[in-house]
Amino acid sequence: MSSPASTSPSESTVSKDLATPRWLEPFALLGPAGIWLGLMLVIPALLIFELSLVPGIRPGEVVNPSGLENYFQIFREDVYRQVVWRSLGFALGTTAICLALGFPVAYFIAQMVPKKWRNLVLVGFVLPLWTSSLLRSYAWITILRPTGVLNSFLTSLGLPALDILNRPPAVFIGMSYSLLPYMVLILYASLEKLDRRLLEAAADLGANPLQSFWKVTVPQSLPGIAAGCLLVFITGLGDFIDPELLGGASSMTMARLIYNQFLGVTRNWGFGSALSMMIVLAVSLAIALLLKYGDRSSANL
Amino acid sequence: MTPSKSSKFPFTWQAGFTALMFGFMYLPIVVLAVFSFNESPYSAGWKGFTWKWYEKFFSDSRILSALADSLTIAFLAVAIAAVIGTLMAVGLSRYRFPGKSLYQGVAFLPLIIPDISIAVATLVFLASIAIPLSGGLIQLSLGTVVAAHVVFCISYIALVVSTRLGNINPNLEEAALDLGATPVQAFVKVLLPELAPAIISGCLLAFVLSMDDFLISSFTAGGGTNTLPMEIFSRIRTGVKPDINALSVVLILASGLIFGAAEYIRYRSEQKRMSKP
Repeated sequence: MSSPASTSPSESTVSKDLATPRWLEPFALLGPAGIWLGLMLVIPALLIFELSLVPGIRPGEVVNPSGLENYFQIFREDVYRQVVWRSLGFALGTTAICLALGFPVAYFIAQMVPKKWRNLVLVGFVLPLWTSSLLRSYAWITILRPTGVLNSFLTSLGLPALDILNRPPAVFIGMSYSLLPYMVLILYASLEKLDRRLLEAAADLGANPLQSFWKVTVPQSLPGIAAGCLLVFITGLGDFIDPELLGGASSMTMARLIYNQFLGVTRNWGFGSALSMMIVLAVSLAIALLLKYGDRSSANL
Repeated sequence: MTPSKSSKFPFTWQAGFTALMFGFMYLPIVVLAVFSFNESPYSAGWKGFTWKWYEKFFSDSRILSALADSLTIAFLAVAIAAVIGTLMAVGLSRYRFPGKSLYQGVAFLPLIIPDISIAVATLVFLASIAIPLSGGLIQLSLGTVVAAHVVFCISYIALVVSTRLGNINPNLEEAALDLGATPVQAFVKVLLPELAPAIISGCLLAFVLSMDDFLISSFTAGGGTNTLPMEIFSRIRTGVKPDINALSVVLILASGLIFGAAEYIRYRSEQKRMSKP
């Protein structure tokens, strides 16, 4: 990655008489971003950590860190425990749905579409990703609401209408819709490199398609599956818009709860900070698991 | 790579399934587009063709001023992030220093940390440090939204530029330096043209993300600033609004154009790279 790193400092013969000394270069290159990220990301993150240790703080009060009370509160009260479980459930469920729906699509594009069309088909599939996430949720409101497109369609077929909007199924639909393109992109990258000769060898040796799928295709694409699941899981865990717009009051998630602690009616910055730290912790844990798992799978190869 | 033997392959149901999923991906967009021309504002049935929702939205001053705010924020944030993000990517590819992995980790943190956590942290920082310390000089405003957007724009632009940096020949810049160019000349005349396609596609990505951002904007905007996602959010929470359909179609066309541009630039730079020995 940083191959020129060792050669650059020794080039001082040319630049000795120039206005900008070479030792300044690293600061010129890395300084601005460092300062900006330090001010707008690092200090805020430390501040949130400090604030999460203050129970019941409101805007403008003196910060006086006093312990893990806010964290205990999340696990002590049933309401909040449910919110944590629900968030994890939405994220895990969405991951499973995206994997189930995305794998055949990625497989088809990577292995069965002629090579010159592959990029076009893939780009076509992920194109909706570039539209506003709010508007995509809004479109699902139009489709799923009681008098919406889905129910008009169902009643015209003589089927009973479904009441999905403002219930968990709507959140699963909205989140899966938003995250499916990511899953397909990552699985595609992994399935494209699949060694077809191994599949043919498996078939020659008498494996049926299902066997060769589980014994050859899946193990080979495992790193891609893990990466895709991780991305969908962590994005789903922090998703605010889909649960907020499609889930109604019954689908309170951690992200929505945090939002309410800061911009809603019941403001409690300390508690909101603790919740935010929990999300960051969960995301870090998921990434750490992947790294450990990823190392093992690459060692196996 | 391998000779095509797709006719032999048994899983033909996957073509049908993929077609179905294409339908799933485009259904919401088609629905928005169809309903933006529907005469009836609330019914799911078709009541006749009309342009009135487009007229309504183009004459809606709140939406237009929100659009202006969003565009201003996106342009400023992307412009700032393009400069410092590119410098950072070059710096990270060039130097090894103690704490580099920490620096790198922080730089790409916004790619993985949920928006809500970043939004909350930025609000707390602004409210409890920046505003009191500056004696009220800094206020929650368009400026603070830009400052917050620059953070994630840096990450995305640097990510795209880093990928490109891994693929270009480091000897070119060294050659320029040996031939007597100053480091700044070598950077501007040799490295920058090589990086230009990556910088542009990184900028387009960051631009779309900045235009789409709802959480970070609403936490850092204060009273006077209202971005387009904030305006859309406050409207669609109260029900289905046909003029939002019209707005969606316009926005989808616009982001489609930006995406097309980004893909075209990427495609062309790849073609150019391939044609080079």
